[in-house]
Amino acid sequence: MKISTIVELLDADVLTGVDHLETDVHSACGSDMMSDVLAYVKDQAVLLTGLVNSQVIRTAEMMDMVCVVFVRAKRPTLEMIDIAQESGIVLLSSEKRMYDACGTLYANGLNGARHE
Amino acid sequence: MSEFLNFHYDVDGDNFVSAGQASVQVKKNLRQLGLPTEVIRRVSIAMYEGEINMVIHANGGTADVDVYEDRIVIRLADKGPGIKDVALAMQEGFSTANENVRSLGFGAGMGLPNMKRYTDDMQIDTVVDVGTTITMTIRLA
Ligand SMILES: Nc1ncnc2c1ncn2[C@@H]1O[C@H](COP(=O)(O)OP(=O)(O)OP(=O)(O)O)[C@@H](O)[C@H]1O
Ligand SMILES: [Mg+2]
Repeated sequence: MKISTIVELLDADVLTGVDHLETDVHSACGSDMMSDVLAYVKDQAVLLTGLVNSQVIRTAEMMDMVCVVFVRAKRPTLEMIDIAQESGIVLLSSEKRMYDACGTLYANGLNGARHE
Repeated sequence: MSEFLNFHYDVDGDNFVSAGQASVQVKKNLRQLGLPTEVIRRVSIAMYEGEINMVIHANGGTADVDVYEDRIVIRLADKGPGIKDVALAMQEGFSTANENVRSLGFGAGMGLPNMKRYTDDMQIDTVVDVGTTITMTIRLA
């Protein structure tokens, strides 16, 4: 699925990374605990979260993720947008709640985790 | 001992917002060296977990990354409270993090086991009330 499709499905605002919307992604995860993302995620390209602080972006960067979706209409700070921009990570904001956002993407073919 | 590169960072213990900056920089440096993606990811995750630990548990410290021909060594040193029971701290789910740390998305007790999982060797030298030094090695194939 292209990131541009995620934007459409979640009716999301693109906060940074307009140049990367054609990037193809194959799996996603949703979590407010960065500890869990760091420990359990493997190869998911998209992170959906309701947490807003700079560690969300750095966690995504460490995990080689390419897109972060803030749910419940949360908005990242300017500093977070800067960090994401520098790393080429797309930031989206959607009014959908976590469960609905994840469900919508899953139902449209974006997979979850492949467990080891 | 073959030639190596060293990257050194001071990790600010008072600033949760800037935590992880050293790890981001190391990741960029390793990319420039053209190392395999999987190696870079293992180094990044292990170092980031350790860097966050230094900020949330030990009021900051220093981070050194040595890149040798055959391995990468990450050394994280702090003058924090030390770890009383290392075996307990290594258990998944054990955490002394407070509610504030949890509200920031950390404190699941997964960091140390994750650091061990992503590295080929991990040594914890810690003395209560003196500090902790964690040395992690990742071998290059
Ligand atoms: N540098 C350190 N100095 C003092 N204590 C530490 C240090 N690193 C870890 N600890 C102790 O070991 C415990 C376990 O660490 P670990 O990284 O596994 O979990 P956490 O940091 O509490 O949560 P998470 O890593 O999942 O966000 C910590 O809660 C803390 O008590
Ligand atoms: Mg930790």
